[in-house]
Amino acid sequence: MKATSKLHKTEQQLLREAQRKRRFETVIHGIFLVLGLVTVGCVLMITVYLIIAGIPAIREIGLVDFLFGKVWASTNQDAKFGILPFILTSVYGTAGAILIGVPVGFFTAVYLAKEAPPKLRGIVEEAVNLLAGIPSVVYGLVGMLILVPGIRNIFHVPDGSSLLAAIIVLAIMILPSIIKVSITGLEAVPKEYEDASLALGATPTETWFKVSVPAAKSGIAAAVVLGVGRAIGEAMAVMMVSGNVANMPHLFESVRFLTTAVASEMSYAGAGLQRQALFSIALVLFLFIMLINATLNFFLKRSKER
Amino acid sequence: MQTKTFSKERKRYIGLMKTLMAVSAVLTCALVAFLIIYVMYKGLPNLSWELLTTEPSYLADKIGIYPDILNTIYIVLATLVVVLPLGVGAAIYLTEYAQNKKLVAVIEYAAETLSGIPSIIYGLVGMMFFCEFLGMGTCLKAGSLTLVIMNLPTILRTTQESLKTVPQSYREGAFGLGAGKWRVIRTVVFPGCVDGIITGCILAVGRILGETAALLYTAGFAHDAYNLIDGLGESGATLTVALYVYAKEQGEFEVAFAIASILMMLALLINLSATLVGKYYKKRREV
Amino acid sequence: MKKLGSIALILLLTMMVFTGCGSKDGGAADNDSAAGGTVSTDGSTSMEKVIGSLAEAFEAANEGTTVTYNPTGSGSGITAVSEGRCDIGLSSRSLKDEEKSQGLQETVLAYDGIAIIVNPENPVTDLSLDQIAKIYTGEITNWKEVGGNDAEIVLIGREAGSGTRDGFESITGTEEACKYRQELTSTGDVITTVSQNPDAIGYASLAALKDTVKAVSVDGVTASEATVKDGTYKVQRPFVLVTKEGTELSDTAQKFFDYATSADAAEVISAAGAVSAN
Repeated sequence: MKATSKLHKTEQQLLREAQRKRRFETVIHGIFLVLGLVTVGCVLMITVYLIIAGIPAIREIGLVDFLFGKVWASTNQDAKFGILPFILTSVYGTAGAILIGVPVGFFTAVYLAKEAPPKLRGIVEEAVNLLAGIPSVVYGLVGMLILVPGIRNIFHVPDGSSLLAAIIVLAIMILPSIIKVSITGLEAVPKEYEDASLALGATPTETWFKVSVPAAKSGIAAAVVLGVGRAIGEAMAVMMVSGNVANMPHLFESVRFLTTAVASEMSYAGAGLQRQALFSIALVLFLFIMLINATLNFFLKRSKER
Repeated sequence: MQTKTFSKERKRYIGLMKTLMAVSAVLTCALVAFLIIYVMYKGLPNLSWELLTTEPSYLADKIGIYPDILNTIYIVLATLVVVLPLGVGAAIYLTEYAQNKKLVAVIEYAAETLSGIPSIIYGLVGMMFFCEFLGMGTCLKAGSLTLVIMNLPTILRTTQESLKTVPQSYREGAFGLGAGKWRVIRTVVFPGCVDGIITGCILAVGRILGETAALLYTAGFAHDAYNLIDGLGESGATLTVALYVYAKEQGEFEVAFAIASILMMLALLINLSATLVGKYYKKRREV
Repeated sequence: MKKLGSIALILLLTMMVFTGCGSKDGGAADNDSAAGGTVSTDGSTSMEKVIGSLAEAFEAANEGTTVTYNPTGSGSGITAVSEGRCDIGLSSRSLKDEEKSQGLQETVLAYDGIAIIVNPENPVTDLSLDQIAKIYTGEITNWKEVGGNDAEIVLIGREAGSGTRDGFESITGTEEACKYRQELTSTGDVITTVSQNPDAIGYASLAALKDTVKAVSVDGVTASEATVKDGTYKVQRPFVLVTKEGTELSDTAQKFFDYATSADAAEVISAAGAVSAN
């Protein structure tokens, strides 16, 4: 005789419950899958949008004329759309920022990771974190009021808004990223390497620079690439200190970057070729960034493999 | 160490390196100190109760940043409300549900790409997609949706990191007791990743507070004070956008510095909270 | 789950607090009711003070209405109204023929002088129109050639879509020939930049002028509302409200339009520094 009290469910009921549960779980799984795919969806949307919006102008202007044309005069009667000035300015500006920012950041990182006493290190790291958190417009503001007149007075140029001002601001802005990532890279070096070097008679300083740093090479390279990415993508601070004329880049001349070109053209580009050219600039910038990201990934993978 | 026995080149090398390190460290600290002191010095005197609580008026020829403060708060709230479910959900999917390694790699690559895109491009795409294509016009909603995409990677990453720290044994124990997957996630995994979510929130808030380029053309630069619901549908300047406009386009440097000092204090607050949260949860985990 | 619940509760409560904040009812949904509606304007940065004052006066007289203004530049404002992104476009120049043929209508609101500004430290006080043209095309490069210090002239101007730039260049005859050192995106920016560089020269809306810069007289005529009104100050241009032909303005927008072009608004416009056209 089966003892079927109210507490025990029949086999049928149990089966149905299990099915319900499974269906429920599938639904939940589906929801999370969708949420996960949203990220991919966003990237696709942005990429596709930029490409679709940017290609027409390039086709009309001509790829070579667009990328290598030296004159940008989008609203003249005989409009010219060469973005070489912007590309070169972005490249030189980033290169300059890296030239100044990487050495300072690198040496500070080594100091913080190796030599500094823990309390001092804590304070300085907090300060670096604060530097990273300051909005770019604040840098622009300070740059506008101190750097620009400063450059004008120190170098005796008629106007301080220039590539140099932008380079200095960018260098300061990428400093925190370089320091933080370099420190992480340096700390990942196994202690055995350093101990071995010290045992062989090297001083701590020599150990750091001849053993730890080369071992952390990929991490430091990653830091540099990160800095490059940030510098190339900066718009606001640069807009406030660099003068915004589409010149070929000179250190003391007013210049326009790829980013500031997008920003300036964005508001008033009427329909037509001018507006489409704006998207093409954005597309070029986007491709630059993708390239940099790919390089970053490459370096990161190498450092992980180590 | 007997430095007397070192060769001259060695000594010079060591000395050079040490000098470079010291100089760089001092330079960095000096920069930070200078920035903080300069901005505070120029900004704090201009912070008045009136500035903080009134709207700007042309007829009375005065400036107030109350609307900008409200707009900033609204955008932060609106962005968080959307980005948290999206980011946490995606992270949960990646760590709990995903079987296909390739899909995981694709999603993670997508997130990394998103975090590398410059904010001005977000502004451009946001303007084209949200303001024009979806017809929202220039409003806080459009700005906040743009910021959602920007901050998705941050939330995703921090949640993922803390999800990974939940020991597998917790999950297995719960499964062993007969719990379904969703229940396991809800009751066991999720509480374990709350610290990551909070850290991600704080980081995202920090990023939102500092964002200008993405908001200029999606959220506009009006200075009117609304309540939350209406405000989202209207264009409005956040604190950073207001700073830019007041400094660059109106030359009102006192107001600009006042805003800058507020932003700096907020940045400091954000950093402190992130550190504190990190320490708190570290302690709890060690117990 | 409890923690999640409490976090969600905190967020919700915070948001509810803010539903009480603010002194305006946006009413973006009810654009057509006369009591409480929105008017969106977009365009010229030179018109900021004028539109700002008119907006405030209108809002004060009409409870619950909102007038928004986006300072993006004349060219952008014209585009915005033709694309339907705003109710009224603002331009600090007359519409071009091709813009009119796209179905845009202009209504002159006021006249504004374009002041030629230099740094207060600059000893130069008067320039002829011809000298100004030569300075901006690069023929005259040093202040001493026009009676000033021995220093290189720094040319500040506006971006290519600016109504102010268009007005300046057409009156001085320097279209597409100006050799700018800086191309800035708003009238206020030009004023700020000139005020910070002793060797700079720039052009900006008279209505926006501050005492941080000095306006030189052109051919002996000082820029002022009177000289703009009677036409003796030649460097001037109209402030124009741009609307799209065939598109009806919402009730609120129409009300604002009528108010701005009425004689009542003349005083507000004058106080803002321009010369009313009505």
